[in-house]
Amino acid sequence: MYYYLCYVKISSSVIVYPTKLLDQFNYNQMKTKISWSHLNMRTQKKSFLYFSMILFCALFSTISNAQEQKVEILQDSILPINLEEVIVISSYKNALEHKSHHKPLSTLDEYLESSQKVNMIKRGAYAWEPVLNDMSSERISVTIDGMRIFGACTDKMDPVTSYVDVSNLSEAYISSGQQGAEKGATIGGALDLRLEKSNFKPTGLVGAFETGGESGNNAHIFGGELNYSDETFYIDTDIIYRKAENYAAGDGVEVPFSQFEKYNISANAGYRVSDDRKLSATFIFDEARDVGYPALPMDVSLAQAFIGSVSWFQNSFFGNFEKWKTKIYANKVTHAMDDSKRPDVPIRMDMPGWSETYGYFSQAKMKLNNHDFLVKIDGFYNCSLAEMTMYPADPNEREMFMLTWPDVRTLNTGFYAEDVIKINEGILKLSTRLAVQNFNVADEFGFNSLRIIYPEMQQRQTRFLKSISTKYQTKMELFNFTGGLSYGDRAPSVSEGFGFYLFNSFDNHDYIGNPDMENEKALEGNAKLSITKEKFNINLEGNYFYITDYIIGEIDSELSVMTIGADGVKVYKNLESADLYNVSLDTEYKILPELKWSGVISYHRGTDQDGRNLPFISPVAYGSNLQYNNKTFSGDLTMRGAGQQKNFNPEFGEDETDAYTVFSLTLGKQFSFSDDNLYVKLGVENIFDQFYSTYTDWKNIPRMGRNFFATVSYAIN
Amino acid sequence: MKTIKFLFATFLFSSIFISCTDDTDDPIIIEENPLAEFNILTSSKANGHIVEVYSEQQQYTIGYNELFLRIKDESTDSYVSNAEISWMPVMHMTEMMHSCPKSSIGKTDNASVYKGFTVFQMPGNTDEYWDLTLEYTIADQEYTVTERIEVNSPMDGKKRVNSFIGSDDSRYILAMLPIVPEVAVNDFSAVVFKMENMMSFPAVTDYKIAIDPRMPSMGNHSSPNNEDLTYDSVSGFYQGKLSLTMTGYWKINLKLMNAADEILKGEEVTEENEASSLFFELEF
Repeated sequence: MYYYLCYVKISSSVIVYPTKLLDQFNYNQMKTKISWSHLNMRTQKKSFLYFSMILFCALFSTISNAQEQKVEILQDSILPINLEEVIVISSYKNALEHKSHHKPLSTLDEYLESSQKVNMIKRGAYAWEPVLNDMSSERISVTIDGMRIFGACTDKMDPVTSYVDVSNLSEAYISSGQQGAEKGATIGGALDLRLEKSNFKPTGLVGAFETGGESGNNAHIFGGELNYSDETFYIDTDIIYRKAENYAAGDGVEVPFSQFEKYNISANAGYRVSDDRKLSATFIFDEARDVGYPALPMDVSLAQAFIGSVSWFQNSFFGNFEKWKTKIYANKVTHAMDDSKRPDVPIRMDMPGWSETYGYFSQAKMKLNNHDFLVKIDGFYNCSLAEMTMYPADPNEREMFMLTWPDVRTLNTGFYAEDVIKINEGILKLSTRLAVQNFNVADEFGFNSLRIIYPEMQQRQTRFLKSISTKYQTKMELFNFTGGLSYGDRAPSVSEGFGFYLFNSFDNHDYIGNPDMENEKALEGNAKLSITKEKFNINLEGNYFYITDYIIGEIDSELSVMTIGADGVKVYKNLESADLYNVSLDTEYKILPELKWSGVISYHRGTDQDGRNLPFISPVAYGSNLQYNNKTFSGDLTMRGAGQQKNFNPEFGEDETDAYTVFSLTLGKQFSFSDDNLYVKLGVENIFDQFYSTYTDWKNIPRMGRNFFATVSYAIN
Repeated sequence: MKTIKFLFATFLFSSIFISCTDDTDDPIIIEENPLAEFNILTSSKANGHIVEVYSEQQQYTIGYNELFLRIKDESTDSYVSNAEISWMPVMHMTEMMHSCPKSSIGKTDNASVYKGFTVFQMPGNTDEYWDLTLEYTIADQEYTVTERIEVNSPMDGKKRVNSFIGSDDSRYILAMLPIVPEVAVNDFSAVVFKMENMMSFPAVTDYKIAIDPRMPSMGNHSSPNNEDLTYDSVSGFYQGKLSLTMTGYWKINLKLMNAADEILKGEEVTEENEASSLFFELEF
C-alpha cells in the first residue's frame, strides 16, 4: 500500500450526505482520442531520449512565467459514508486530462495501484488484478458504471479493469466490505469504474490529443478525444493506443514476455428528452493483442471486449420517489491464451474463453424528513465458457479437448435498499441486499465432465444471497468517528464452483471447482478515527473480517494432475473460518499552501481457523510523498515500500518476499496559447533502479527498474 | 397475399404431417430389413440357403465382434425363423489350427435374426486364414456351411484384445467391448476366456479386471472415480465404469485378478512404471 500525494486524495473526515456528493462527481468532460500508428521502435527509442532532454530544458526555463488555473481538483471534497476512496482518473474541470495524477496516461492499473486501498496482483506488465482488503476477484465486485462484467479467462488474466482505459474513465469509486453491496454481492468491497461523460454541459466542441512514452519498456501511448456537448445533446468519443515492449527490471534485467499492445475506443451520447428526462448510451470497444505474461506459462493473443448500455434518467418518479435511473446493458468478452511464442512448453495448447453478460438495474431515491432512501432492483445473466485443446507431440495422435468452464449460466436477481438517516451530529446508514442466484451448467459435455468428479451433481442450483449492514458516522469534539458492522455472503465463482482442471502457476496445482460448496459468509466490523485541522489531517482506520466457509483450494491427493509438471490437484473447499484484518494510519500536512506532505503505513493479517497464513496478504507497507503545486507547475517526490513478508504460506505457492523501498519523481508544467493548453509531465520511477518484487507479484517476477516517462497533452477549446 | 398465406399454411401442415408419418413408418421399415443399418460381412450360398453375417463394423476385426446372422431360404425367398445355429471359427496357421473364444448363438427380438459374438486373437495373412463354419438345423434337418473370412487388425490400430499366459500358467484372452467414448463416466465392459485347448475357450466368470486409464501424452494423467470390472451374470460381461476427463488417446492399464484376488497379469502403474503390460487403447 503506497500513496501518492499528487493525485487526489480524499479524506472522509467531514460528514456529508451521499446523494449530494454523487452528483458532484458526475460531471465530466467529453472526449475523443485519436491514435496514430506507432513508428519504428528503435528510432523511437532514440528520439524519445532527445525529446525528453529538450522537454526538460524547456520546462525548467519556463517555470517562472506562466499563469494558469490550479490543477488541483476535488481536493477538499468529502467522501460519502459508503465510500472509502475515490481515485480520480481524469479532471472534469479541464479538457486536459489526467494531470491530477503523478503519471498521466499511465495504465488504469497504475492509477489503481496508486490508491491507498487497492493493491494489484501482477502477472506481467498488463491486466493486473485488483485486490481490496486483501481480497481479489471472487470476493470483490468490479463494475463499469454499475454494469456487471466478468472476465473470460480461467486463469484471471483479464480482470474487468483490463477492458477499460483511463481515456474513458473519470473516477474509480472504492467501497469497502458490505458498503459495496449496492453494486452486487461482495465480501471484500466494490470497485466501480465511472465513465467520463460531458453530461449536457455547454462546452461545445472540445478536442484534445495526448501522447506519452516510457523508457523502462519503450512504451508509446497515443490518445485523442473529440467531444461535443450542449444543453440538449452530447457525444463524447475517445481513443487510446498503447504499445510496450519487454520491460527492464532493476539492474537492467530484461523480463521476457512482458510486452503488450492494446487500444480502446469509446463513445458516449446523451439526449435530453425533456427538462427532467435524459436518455443516454455508452459503448466501449477494447482490444489487446500480443500480451505477454512473464509470470505465467502462456501469453494472450487476443483479449477483446464489447461493452454497451442504454440508460434512462428522470428526476421525478412516482410518489415521493425521484431520480429514477434505469440502465440495460450487455457485454461480450473474448479471451484467447496462446503459447506459440514460448520456446519450451511441455505441450502446445489453445485456451480460448468467452463471457457474455446481460443485465439491468433500476433505482430511485426518496427523501423523507431526515431519511434518504435508495431502492434498487438489478439483475444479470452471464454465460461463461472456456475450453482447452492440447496438441500431442506425436502428430498422429488426436488432439485432447476439455471444457474448463462448462458454459455456466448465472442468473442473478437482486434487491437493494438503503436508508441514510441524519441524527443530530451523525449519520446512520442502514442497507441490505437480497438476491437469488441460479447456476445452470448448460453444456452437456461440460456437465458430464464434472459428473466424473461429482456423480450426484445437479445441472442447476439456486442460492440465496443476503447482506445487511449498518454504518455510523459522527463528529466529536476533537475527531470524527466512523464505525460499522455488517454481514454478507457470496456464491462461489464460476471457477470455484465449476472449473475443470484449471492450472494455477502460482502454487503449481490444477484446480477443480466444487459445486457442493456453501456460500462464503463474512461478518465485518470497521472503525475509523480522523482528525482534520486546517493544516493537517490524520486518519486511523481498521477493519476486521470474520469469514466462515472461506473458499480456497485444498490438495486432493486422490486426483491425478492434468497439467504436465504440476505438483498436484486442489479442489475448492469451504474452510471452517478465516480472519482478515487491515489497519492503516495516514496523515497529511500542508507545509505551505503549495507544498504538502503525506504519509501512510498499513498492516494486514489473514489466517484460517488453524492459524495458517492465507495467501496474498500484504506485509507492512508504507509510503511518503512530498508534493508541490503552484498554478502551472507541479512536482512530486514519492517513496513507497514494504517490510519483509514473513506471514507467507508455501502451501499456496508463496515464499518470503524481501523488504523494499523505491522512489520516484515527477515534474509537470502547463503552457497556454490563447485558448489552447499544453501540459507536459516528465518523471522517473524507481530512481535508484532497484531490483525488487512485492508480495503481489506472481511467482516473484521483478518490477520495472528505473523508468523515465514523458507525456504531452494538448487541448483545443 | 391470402394465397401465399394459404400455401404457407398448407406447406407447414403437410411438413408436420409428413414428418409424423415418417415416424410411424420407421418400425415397418425395420420389419422389412432389420439389419439395414449394419454391414454385411459375408454371404454364403449353400444347401439352397444364403447365410448372411452382419456386423456394426466394416470388417471382421481382431477382438470382440458382435455378429448377426440371417438364413434366407432361396426357394421361398424368405428368411428362416427358429433355426438352431452353432458356429466354429478356425484359424488355419501354417503349423496348426486353433479356434477362438465365442458365444453361443441366440435369437433376437426378431425371430429371423440371430446373434452372437466372437473374439479373434489374431488377424489373417497371406499364408494363414480364418474360416467360419456354421451348423444349423431347420425343421430337424442339419446343414453345414464353411466360409473363409478375412480378419483384420482394427482400422485405428488400437489394442482391444489381449492374449497372454497368466501367472497360473493358463492362457487367457481378454477383450473389451466396443465403446463410444465420451468425456464422462462411461460404461465399460470386457470378456475373459480361458484357453482350455486349441478348440475350447470357456468364459471365466469369477475374476476381476482392475482398470487405470492414463494419458501418456499428458504426463500419464489419470482420471478419478473409475470402477473395476466385475462379472455381471445377466449380461454375461465384466462391467465397470471408465472415466475420461478429456478427448484424445487413452491407455487403459489393466490387471486381471482371479477369485482369490491374485494378479494373473498386469502391473500397477506408478511413477517408475508408466504402464501395465496388460492394456486396452482408446482414442477419440
